[in-house]
Formats: sequence, structure tokens, C-alpha cells
Amino acid sequence: MNRLLRWLFFWGVVRPVILVVLGLNVRHRERLPRDGPALLVANHNSHLDTMVLMTLLPTRLLPKIRPVAAADYFLKGPLLSWFALEIVGILPVARGGAKGKPAPGDPPPDPLAAAAAALERGEVVILFPEGSRGEPERLADFKAGVWHLARRHPAAPVVPVFLHGLGKTLPRGSVLPVPFFCDVFVGEPVPLGDDKAAFLAELKARMQGLAAEGRFSVWE
Amino acid sequence: MDVFAFLRGRLDPAVAWALGGVFTLLVVATLAVWLLGRWKPRADWSELRARVRTWWVMAGVFAVALVLSRKVSLVFFAFVSFLALKEYLSLIPTRRADRGVLLWAYLAIPVQYLWIGMGWYGMFIIFIPVYAFLFLPMRMVLIGETEGFLRAAGTLHWGLMAMVFSISHVAALLVLPVKNPHGGGPGLVLFLVFLTQFNDVAQYLWGKSLGRHRVIPKVSPNKTWEGLLGGAATTLLLAWLLAPRLTPLTPVQSLQAGLILGLGGFVGDVVISALKRDLGIKDSGTLLPGHGGILDRVDSLSYTAPLFFHFVWYLYGPLVTRIG
Repeated sequence: MNRLLRWLFFWGVVRPVILVVLGLNVRHRERLPRDGPALLVANHNSHLDTMVLMTLLPTRLLPKIRPVAAADYFLKGPLLSWFALEIVGILPVARGGAKGKPAPGDPPPDPLAAAAAALERGEVVILFPEGSRGEPERLADFKAGVWHLARRHPAAPVVPVFLHGLGKTLPRGSVLPVPFFCDVFVGEPVPLGDDKAAFLAELKARMQGLAAEGRFSVWE
Repeated sequence: MDVFAFLRGRLDPAVAWALGGVFTLLVVATLAVWLLGRWKPRADWSELRARVRTWWVMAGVFAVALVLSRKVSLVFFAFVSFLALKEYLSLIPTRRADRGVLLWAYLAIPVQYLWIGMGWYGMFIIFIPVYAFLFLPMRMVLIGETEGFLRAAGTLHWGLMAMVFSISHVAALLVLPVKNPHGGGPGLVLFLVFLTQFNDVAQYLWGKSLGRHRVIPKVSPNKTWEGLLGGAATTLLLAWLLAPRLTPLTPVQSLQAGLILGLGGFVGDVVISALKRDLGIKDSGTLLPGHGGILDRVDSLSYTAPLFFHFVWYLYGPLVTRIG
């Protein structure tokens, strides 16, 4: 039932809106993973980011796409929770990393457990390592979760995707989208290596390299 | 069988013949590209192939929109305006504070085409140059951001004029109260759109084969006098041949129309070239493979549509209105 609703939501609402209101310019589509397990890593400017990333992959993968999303935001009300969990299929994550206070003697709670399990099942996990939408159209520093997740599943390629324009269309705090053509640049998978800082630096460099492929109009 | 009966009911013979001509031309172009590929298999023809393929899609959608009904045609041209304005606003620098203002600017599109659908000429002709011109800066002022105000207000209005007001003149031909025995409104639209696009191709081909002397090297290094004059002459000839079959124009008026389309198309083309050069881009987008963006296709039309409309309006419009 929910799978049907999900399909209807994406073909009846999301795809038409993206096609008509936005219009995507996708570069290097062939670099997208053909199947799971895989990690799609993108910069985050808008709620539309997740929707756009989910429509990039073939429809047969739709049931297998799982965006990692903040539990404190998306699990607020019963309706939003149902929509986020059942229709979009998010993997809720507690923000703030593994810094929570575990009871003495217990192991610290694992915020990435759900995402790791999804990769285990061969699903495609979407992750925004900036942690939040932040300032629209500005690249913030990456959090380390993506490294820990990739380390646990070396078989899942880490594919960087640079998004531009969605933060102009629907930035944080806005309700009505303003139509703009948006860019989606897909990068080559980032090699894992065994140094966290080097991996995160490489990921950010790839992202900036993708951003440099475009010529974006000023938006101040 | 029902399909044919349906089409016969809708298709004016003049429009049917003209559309037949357009698709015959596309068949010829497709064959020519195929032959070129066989003749020089080493060269890269993918760009040209994509361009012709996109022509097929554009001509197909245009033909269907023109034939189905006037309402469908109006919605189609409104959508072309929307795509053009969206591409323009995505290319130019805009201010974060103006998001809401841009939404109002988009809203001008359905309203402008509504006036056309109502046949309200007075409102159609002043809505964007007067009311949108006065309203949008007011919205900007109420938001209160003054830095870059003039640039924002100026570029937004220029975009509305070029992409919405100008392009809407194509649709306005459909409701023109002109007695056109040769295909009515759709006949005039076909004459304008076909000759504008054909003029682009003719100027390109003449320039490519004979071009030596540049017209405006600083704006568009590929535009030559040979291309401009050869293309305009071809358009002039074609206008003289086609006008009696699609418009109420006399032979002399046909030649004048041909001149307007040939020269106006060139100017529209280089104006958008100047805009792209200013922004530092080559193609305005990727919507039309082999052509670039939508602005790369409607550039000439943004000049020829209002010029041709007002030429016909001057000759035939007001008189009919006064009598009617």
C-alpha cells in the first residue's frame, strides 16, 4: 500500500513538479550507481534536494532509496513522521553524532546503525554530510558520519553529487517554490583510503571541483 | 477513420499544406544529414544530428498545439514564455531578497495570455509595459533592499518584455480580428514562426558557405554580411512566395514583411548573443539538444513577433475593429 503511494507520489507529484517547475541540467548521469549498495553524497540547500536525488535513479530502485534525515526535524508530528518514514522512506538519524550520554557501562548509541543496516540490505543511502540545509547555496564543512559509514561498507561506492539552484528555488524557511533551472553534477566515486581527514578533504575537493564545472549566476 | 474526420474538421487547408511543407523540409534535412554522414564518416555529425532531431520534436509539438484548438495554442505559447523567462532568470544575477518578486513576475505570464484569450487588445498591449512595470519595483521597494535595486528592477523588466510581452505577440496573432482567408490566425502564426526559424537557418548556411566580412565581431564573431544579406534575401523570396498562401498581405506588403522578418530576426539573434556574452556563457541552456537553451531558439522571435504583429495590425487591425 505505502509502496504504491510512494510510487504515486513520485510519478504524480515529484517528477512533474521537477520537470515543469524546475527543469534539471544533469551532467555525467552515467556515473550514478546502477544498483545498491551505494552512498550518494550531496550538498544540502533545500528540501527539494532529496526529491531530486531520488528521481535521478531508475524507478525500479525507488523502493531501495533511503535518505538519511534528521529525526528531530522529520519525526515531529504523526503526519510528518508517517510521510517521511513511509512515503519518502527516510532513515532517521539523531543529530549531534555519538556524543550522547550513554548510561554508565552501556556502549554509546550508534546514530548510523540504521544507515549501515540499509547498506547491508543493498540499498542506496542518500547522505548530506553538511548536516543541515544551512545557508542556501553555500558549502559548509562535512561531518564525519559519511566516513564511518563508508568504512563499514567498503563495497558501497561513495558518489558525490553537486546540486545548484535548489536553494534558490526553495530555501530554508520558504513555502512557495520559485522556478529556476537547476544543475546536478555527478562526480566519480571517492576512494576510501584509511585516513578520515584525508577522505573528508578529498570529498570536499571533489564537490568543489564539480561546482567549478558550472557557471552560476550571482545570488546575494 | 475518425482521426481523419477529426483533422479535416480542424485543419484549414492552407495550414495543412504549410505544415506538410515544414515536415517535408525536415525529411529533406534528415536525409541530407544522413548523406553527409555517409560521405564523410570520419567527421563528427552528432551535434547536427541532435539539432535536426530536436527540430522534429519542436515542429511536432508546435504543429499539434496549433491544430488542436486556440486554447491549446495559447497554453503552449504561455509555456514557451514560461520556459524562456525561467531560463533568463536562472542565467542573470538575482537578489536573494527578490524571490517573492520573481514569483509575481512569473504570475504575469498567465495573466498576459488571459488578456489574449479574452481578445482584450488594450489590456494585452499595456499590461506588462505599464502595470507590471509599475508594480514589480513597488514590491521590491516594500521589501526594502536598496542595494542593486536599479539593476534588479531593470533586468527583471527587460526579461518580462523580451520573454513574455514579445513572445505573447505570436499568440496574439491567433485572436487578431483580421479576415485572413488563408488559414486565419494559425496561418499568420505559421508564416511568422516558420519564416523566423527558416531565416535563422538560411543566415547560418549562407554565412557558413560564403561568410567573409564580419558584421559585429565584438558581439558575435560568426555573423557575417554574406550570411545576413544572403539569409535576408532568401527570407524575402520565401515571404513573397508564402504570404499569398497564408496571409492577407498583398505582394508588396509580403516583401516588406519578409524584410522585417529577415532583419528583425538577425537583430533578435545578436541581442541575445550580447546578453550571453555579457554573462560569459556560450549556450543559454541544455533544454534543446543541438540548439542549446530555449533562449537560443526564441531569440529572433522576440524581435520578429512584435514587429510582424504590429505590421499586420497597422495594415489590417484597426480598420476591422472600427467596422466590427
